[in-house]
Amino acid sequence: MPNSALWAVDLFGKVHTLSTAGQYWELCKDSQLEFKRVSAATQCCWGIACDNQVYVYVCASDVPIRRREEAYENQRWNPVGGFCEKLLPSDRWQWSDVSGLQHRPLDGVALPSPHWVWESDWYVDENFGGEPTEKGGWTYAIDFPATYTRDKKWNSCVRRRRWIRYRRYESRDAWAKIPSKDDPEQLPDPFNDLSVGGWEITDEPVGRLSVWAVSLQGKVWYREDVSHPNPEGSSWSLMDTPGEAVQISCGPHDLLWVTLWEGQALVREGINRNNPKGSSWSIVEPPTSENGIMHVSVGVSVVWAITKDRKVWFRRGINSHNPCGTSWIEMVGEMTMVNVGLNDQVWGIGCEDRAIYFRQGVTQSELSGKTWKAIVASRECDRSHSGSSSSLLSQACPRQRVFLPRRGHGPSDTDASSEAERPGPDRPGPAESGDSPGKPRDSLAPGSGTGRTTEPGEEEVAGPAIQTPGLEPCPGPASTLAELPWTNIDLKEPRRAPSHLAAGFPETTGLSSLGLLPLGLEEPYGADDHPLWAWVSGGDCAVEAHTVLKWFTVQSGLSPSMQTLSLSITPAQTAAWRKQIFQQLTERTKRELENFRHYEQAVEQSVWVKTGALQWWCDWKPHKWVDVRVALEQFTGLDGARDSILFIYYVVHEEKKVRGGSREKGTQGTGTQAPQVLAAQPSEDWGLNPLALLNLSCCESRRVHGRPSPQAIWSITCKGDIFVSEPSPNLEAPEHVLPCPQMFWRQMGGHLRVVEANGQGVVWGIGYDHTAWVYTGGGGCFQGLASSTSNIYTQSDVKCVYIYENQRWNPVTGKGLPTDRYMWSDASGLQERTKASTEPPSLQWSWVSSGPGPGPGPGSYHGYKTMKDFVRRRCWARKCKLVTSGPWLEVAPLALADVSIIPESPGANRSGHSIALWAISDKGDVLCRLGVSELNPAVSTLPHLPALGPFWGFWRILRKIELWTKVRLGSVSQLHPESDLALAAGDCWYHIPSPPKQRLKQVSVGQTSVYALDENGNLWYRQGVTPSYPQGSSWEHVSNNVRQVSVGPLDQVWVIANKVQGSHSLSRGTVCHRTGVQPREPKGKAGLGLRGHTGGWDHISVRANATRALRGRSQERAAECSGERGLPGAPSGVAGVPQEAPGLVRC
Amino acid sequence: MTDDKDVLRDVWFGRIPTCFTLYQDEITEREAEPYYLLLPRVSYLTLVTDKVKKHFQKVMRQEDISEIWFEYEGTPLKWHYPIGLLFDLLASSSALPWNITVHFKSFPEKDLLHCPSKDAIEAHFMSCVKEADALKHKSQVINEMQKKDHKQLWMGLQNDGEKKNQVMIHGIEPMLETPLQWLSEHLSYPDNFLHISIIPQPTD
Repeated sequence: MPNSALWAVDLFGKVHTLSTAGQYWELCKDSQLEFKRVSAATQCCWGIACDNQVYVYVCASDVPIRRREEAYENQRWNPVGGFCEKLLPSDRWQWSDVSGLQHRPLDGVALPSPHWVWESDWYVDENFGGEPTEKGGWTYAIDFPATYTRDKKWNSCVRRRRWIRYRRYESRDAWAKIPSKDDPEQLPDPFNDLSVGGWEITDEPVGRLSVWAVSLQGKVWYREDVSHPNPEGSSWSLMDTPGEAVQISCGPHDLLWVTLWEGQALVREGINRNNPKGSSWSIVEPPTSENGIMHVSVGVSVVWAITKDRKVWFRRGINSHNPCGTSWIEMVGEMTMVNVGLNDQVWGIGCEDRAIYFRQGVTQSELSGKTWKAIVASRECDRSHSGSSSSLLSQACPRQRVFLPRRGHGPSDTDASSEAERPGPDRPGPAESGDSPGKPRDSLAPGSGTGRTTEPGEEEVAGPAIQTPGLEPCPGPASTLAELPWTNIDLKEPRRAPSHLAAGFPETTGLSSLGLLPLGLEEPYGADDHPLWAWVSGGDCAVEAHTVLKWFTVQSGLSPSMQTLSLSITPAQTAAWRKQIFQQLTERTKRELENFRHYEQAVEQSVWVKTGALQWWCDWKPHKWVDVRVALEQFTGLDGARDSILFIYYVVHEEKKVRGGSREKGTQGTGTQAPQVLAAQPSEDWGLNPLALLNLSCCESRRVHGRPSPQAIWSITCKGDIFVSEPSPNLEAPEHVLPCPQMFWRQMGGHLRVVEANGQGVVWGIGYDHTAWVYTGGGGCFQGLASSTSNIYTQSDVKCVYIYENQRWNPVTGKGLPTDRYMWSDASGLQERTKASTEPPSLQWSWVSSGPGPGPGPGSYHGYKTMKDFVRRRCWARKCKLVTSGPWLEVAPLALADVSIIPESPGANRSGHSIALWAISDKGDVLCRLGVSELNPAVSTLPHLPALGPFWGFWRILRKIELWTKVRLGSVSQLHPESDLALAAGDCWYHIPSPPKQRLKQVSVGQTSVYALDENGNLWYRQGVTPSYPQGSSWEHVSNNVRQVSVGPLDQVWVIANKVQGSHSLSRGTVCHRTGVQPREPKGKAGLGLRGHTGGWDHISVRANATRALRGRSQERAAECSGERGLPGAPSGVAGVPQEAPGLVRC
Repeated sequence: MTDDKDVLRDVWFGRIPTCFTLYQDEITEREAEPYYLLLPRVSYLTLVTDKVKKHFQKVMRQEDISEIWFEYEGTPLKWHYPIGLLFDLLASSSALPWNITVHFKSFPEKDLLHCPSKDAIEAHFMSCVKEADALKHKSQVINEMQKKDHKQLWMGLQNDGEKKNQVMIHGIEPMLETPLQWLSEHLSYPDNFLHISIIPQPTD
């Protein structure tokens, strides 16, 4: 995710973040407190402040954190007064929890901490199992521990109802102190270290985290119940350890390492989704016995450590079966600490210069990376008052200036005693530090006698406190930073640096020293100081192997000769020289070709030929995918325009044939031939995606480029590829049905699950990982093939791959007999999928987690065992990640399940019309953003709707909303999976019952018509919807086998359908367009008038297309494709359905 | 984000508009019209001038025709250098199209290699590729070059004593901090050499 950030604490205890997209360190929004340590995770950061208390910082988001409190009111029937509050002595409390065992009066339910507020008062939940009770919420039973029903019966002796109240977490973008209301006996002593991780262990509950802490007494604590909906957790649990711990590190998955006072490391074993706390410890000895381990940091499958001599070590042989690894490897560099962040990327703080170093070249195949690279980004606060060249220079060569403060809570703050001595946050920092220079560093070392006293290297450093006159910081009022006394230990530098620097820049050595001295005289160093860091955490910093970071470059303003200084630290992607080369090449081409196009080519044509192997859907016997050889010939014509021919070499009846197709100026070269369906696996010789190249050449020959029109139809394939098609003016004309296969779809870069557009250029998408993306307007296609290269950004997506373990019940052993299915299979059970052999969906995906872990609940199988169950299975899940690029920018921080934008209503006044965008968060909150526009498609705030009354309970699992546009702006229709549809006009929400025995999963609303889709693939039309009565009257069944529906502003109906009869077989995921939709006949023709694309599609949005057909003859033509037939209701199961193509292209 | 591979496209599709005129002293039967052509930058003169040859041979007598050679402002053009390199080196500052004079007589033996057939070009090209390959993969040259050498090389390119030089590759002037490795990967000619033209600038 592009909006991630690196967290760090400077020597003053101030917390800063450095965005992966940014160039400057930004001070944390809540900067009141000073911190010792921070440990970041996505959307939140935990830290230990200098009062040794634990704080959590939850980033602000549009999606509120809200929790529901419940209490049950119980009553018993009394022959005299009917149901009353008097219960039998053996009965439960009158107010209780759901089990009835706990007394729970309404006024006794308190907020867990001052960071929560009540959203509303208690109210009665009127719904039971998704159906309204209409009786004050009462549910009835014979006796208390029993099954309750909605209706009162003759034998209903007791009844109960549920009261609900919501509380909301308020302390966003602020450090919230973790309350310590535990038993004073058990109260943890002051904390010394803390680590957050475990987010890969399981997804339930959402945003679950493992928070581990080490106290000053060396005890290890685990924070219970930390998750996104409960950011503070509930209580600290003490974990037994075989020794006194000093520092702890928890990886995203199952790694947890602890360092002990004695210098060994403890490794936690047995961490898994069922037991995130793990079960036992094992001990790992330090690399060398004389220098114990001082610090460890772990990732998914790496462990880095620092020993007491500041050396950096990498642990070899770590994997999910062996969390201890096998041996230590010494790495280059001396660091005070290292931190492993997302993707096992590593950051460290240099021992001497206190700069943050990024480990470059860390990839899945080379986890130890290549080199340390200093992050030279400056702080925003520095930038504001110091833009002089001296500061820039100092960033260019950070190694040249090495300072250590005499006093600070840097890496050596493992020394417990010194930390404990420290006063609280109200300590007057600068004033106190003023008297500290005389205090020898040794006195700061702990007196605990555990070997953690003075390091030899440190003494050496602190010893020669020689101060270069020119560098003497001016204690004047220039800046507060200058008030801290510094010891310049530049003397140590010559031993190491000259060999490096002098060799690298022989002619600039003079310059460097120049930069040190005379410039230092011009300006006190305090002002332009490069930040000195104490702690860094990369737990929220998503860096991929190829991510372009701007952290290593110096801002412009340097003279060219100075720029050469930074030559070695300029990434190729952002460098000025690179830009210039591109610019010059463009100019050269213009200069040399612009006026000379009429010249004859010396060589007749320039031709690129690419050949490769693809698969071709063979539309004759045997009707299957056939390997074909293809050659794409791209040639440049005399006018400089390119055209292409695709040759397909294939075999029919053992006879070799070739078919060529070219498109010249948008005309169909293949004439009346059936459209070709090609599939391909990415291969080296065609670049990453051969189909992308084909698609690009089609676009080129059709002269389609740039931003699609606002009316474009967007769709997504089952692989998440995004396609867009320009609607022809008479696409929706009833008498002129364009067969769908003739629509031209071009691919846009990126990867999404849902895309929605509105006809005014606003396009939003949602990834598989619920990330919301907004279209940037880039017309580009792909990296490397881009026709337009602006507005293309990196995009990533995460999804889970599931495999199933199948077992048959064995009457003797109770388990273990093989089933008729594979032991390991896909969801259908028909394809074998073993843990080892299962690959990511394609080459573009890579595994995130190290191995499959037991996944979520077992699909249609139930989660409990009954007498009749003889087979069982469980699901294993493994996450994989895709990184691509496309014209999309993340809307952060926002995790959405669905989104809908009010489409342009035909004839609406475009000016001043503010567009409303509605969304459902992944947790079910309804969100609305007003004022989106083409220029500003992602306005900054997306306020969640105010408390929406008693339906709230259902919305937690809402999956699909769309807008009921005939109702005035601000209305929303929505449904919840427990089978009801709710529609709101203004503030009022209506409950709309779903079709009998069906659970609706999606609704789509056109100008006048409303369609809904249930979980069994039935498409329903809402009858009787009028502007004055938007609820409508009843549902009418339209079709089955529908996967997704999109109703446009002209009431046009497009669906993704399953099991559409192709010429010879059934295909899944076909784009179908309902024919015969007329103002008088909003449902379209009886049956399904559909014209389909071949399968492979997953989502379509026609909500942007308000291009009304020119009025022609209003004669209706019967739909050619299906007529009265409708979609055939084939037996369920996937046998016989062709394998979904790995990718599809339509030319 | 532009991809580096786009550079290759520009490199391969670079064309130089050229005007071929017959040398005034060549004997012709009737007046020879100039011939205009777009020459691929990455190709070789004798490989792409079949048309030029035919065009001028039409107006000449058979006995006056011997091996064709080209010259620009008095300098014979070495066919074994890529066209783009020749242009950058000799004519980058002059106006387009590039005026090349065609000769059929008095072959400058001292300056040019003979080019008897296309096979000769191919042989030469292959030997270039092999040479480049040997240099690259024995890795001695580049590996032994330290960063300072790269830099000195660049600095040396820029300043040749008192004189100022213009450094040109494929008709463009990359900034001096461009990494050589990148240049070599992206701006090499098909013979696998990175041909850099260093053009002394007239001092004012």
